[in-house]
Amino acid sequence: MMRTLILGVYLTLLPMFALAAAPGGALDSMTADHTNKASLQRGAALFTNYCMGCHSMEYARYKRVADDTGIPVELYEENLIFTGAKIGELMKIGMNKDQAASWFGNPPPDLTLEARLRGEDWVYSYLRAFYKDDSRPLGVNNVVFQNVGMPHALIELQGLCAVEPKIGETSSIDPLSGNERNAGVCSQWAVEGSMEPAEFDRAMYDLTNFLSYMGDPVKVERERLGIFVLMFIAIFFVFAFLLNREFWKDVH
Amino acid sequence: MSKIISWIDERLPIVEAYNKHLGKYYAPKNFNLWYFFGSLALLVLVNQLVTGIWLTMSYNPTGEGAFASVEYIMRDVEWGWLLRYLHSTGASAFFVVVYLHMFRGLMYGSYKKPRELIWLFGMLIYLVLMAEAFMGYLLPWGQMSYWGAQVIVNLFGAIPIIGEDLSLWIRGDYLISGITLNRFFALHVVALPIVLLGLVVLHILALHEVGSNNPDGIDIKKNKDENGIPKDGIPFHPYYTVHDLVGVGVFLFVFCIVVFFFPEMGGLFLEKPNFEPANPLKTPDHIAPVWYFTPFYAMLRAVTVNLFGLDAKFWGVVVMGGAIAILFVLPWLDRSPVRSMRYKGMISKVALGIFVVSFIILGYLGIVPATEGKTLLAQVLTTFYFLYFILMPFYTRMEKTKPVPERVTG
Repeated sequence: MMRTLILGVYLTLLPMFALAAAPGGALDSMTADHTNKASLQRGAALFTNYCMGCHSMEYARYKRVADDTGIPVELYEENLIFTGAKIGELMKIGMNKDQAASWFGNPPPDLTLEARLRGEDWVYSYLRAFYKDDSRPLGVNNVVFQNVGMPHALIELQGLCAVEPKIGETSSIDPLSGNERNAGVCSQWAVEGSMEPAEFDRAMYDLTNFLSYMGDPVKVERERLGIFVLMFIAIFFVFAFLLNREFWKDVH
Repeated sequence: MSKIISWIDERLPIVEAYNKHLGKYYAPKNFNLWYFFGSLALLVLVNQLVTGIWLTMSYNPTGEGAFASVEYIMRDVEWGWLLRYLHSTGASAFFVVVYLHMFRGLMYGSYKKPRELIWLFGMLIYLVLMAEAFMGYLLPWGQMSYWGAQVIVNLFGAIPIIGEDLSLWIRGDYLISGITLNRFFALHVVALPIVLLGLVVLHILALHEVGSNNPDGIDIKKNKDENGIPKDGIPFHPYYTVHDLVGVGVFLFVFCIVVFFFPEMGGLFLEKPNFEPANPLKTPDHIAPVWYFTPFYAMLRAVTVNLFGLDAKFWGVVVMGGAIAILFVLPWLDRSPVRSMRYKGMISKVALGIFVVSFIILGYLGIVPATEGKTLLAQVLTTFYFLYFILMPFYTRMEKTKPVPERVTG
């Protein structure tokens, strides 16, 4: 009987396991860590300085970000709010969507849920996948998002790759120097940036981590609570089981 | 306390009702694990109603505000994320327990005489549940909400002559819009839950009139003691209430693992494209319904030939509707002298096995993009699905059944 039940449950759940494979080309992988507050703070700073001119986070509030990432409110207000918004307001931007559409083809999307929509690996790869392509209106293209309408906003940090960057190829550690080989996805630069390739990768890790946090800000708290909820149910189960056994012991 | 009870009882038969449905409702004592899913379905229903009511308090049913209000619930409403995940996970859990509950019925012949009405009410519950889930899925107003609804409502357009007008009437617009969202909201939170609750009451009343079936499929009322109590029966309360409590513990444990740790369930319970607001100008690359509809979606897509001057799409809708409709007549297709699979012959066992496997693989095929090979496989499996029912009057009659014991075997 137990066997048939397990089989039944397994067969019912079977289609769910089949959905793991993601479509599209190979991506570099990144594992988000929402408990790493230093990374989230750096990500928040990068986002505010380099992305928020065009991309809003209109479902999230500054105060929540400040609280969750551990940035003091005064510090946040002074350094990370450029629109004159109050700390409790939604993270909207001044750019007019209709005008933006005429500048870029499409208005820059809101990014609150971008990492949940596309996945962390995609965001992490995309941010590092720009390269010089003079056939495009803005002079850049992206190997993860072909013919993207967005300029390379981080060009002063990364520089601009002259050839198509290699995304989705596993990096390795150089045995002599101990440095990550292939950490820099670009083999030839058209414009030099202020960051070393590995340094830029770390910055993009932080930025992706921040976007991942923004998509699902309650994740850390949810999983913390989940442990207690499961412990409570486990204890409940023990009592229910014993009660049931007590009632049924005389039934034959 | 007893005075209050007798005061009420003189005016409303609460003691009689308690005895009829709990205290002196004699259920067979040999229920096994498959018998947990009925009460679990009731538990999930209560979960959906309670979380649904609270979600309604902060949800904004307009094309302009729906998506943002869901994110508002997820971020700004106290415990809103929990309400939402309980509701979204509950929707999938509902179908998990209902499918297992229906499988139990198939396995032990719970639809057979005298329980035909229980089966019919159950099927109506399943039908309303599908409508409820479909309309609820539009409410977050994400890309998959929007395009899923677009695809399904367009199916009505395949019906000859009246089709286009019918789908226009359902949408209230030329495409899915805020108008559609508003009416789906009304149906999802008011009309369908009322129907659902009424059907659940009828399902249980009909069950308690004829009594529960059991894994042996034998009639426990044939063997009564001197007090007229079935020898193999046991009062539902307290025996099965404490018994079900154990099942509730196990169920909630699994349920909460999903709610707290995997609320998206890898894109099955919350599909990734739904994290982008609905956009009528941008069709997603791949539109797939939520997992519990995918077996029927695969059947729809499996039909690729035009017949009698009518579009393949129309025949796909016919096949999909037929797949659900044929379940309604199941009690009259099974001609076996025995109820339970335990005493049916080998053909019935193999047929049920093929049926279940076909249904599950069809569910998988409905999720993934169609290819030529997969469409062929879906066609074969759809045929198996229907053959299970169409051939049932023959194989249940001709196969040799085992003798059914007088008393339950535990």
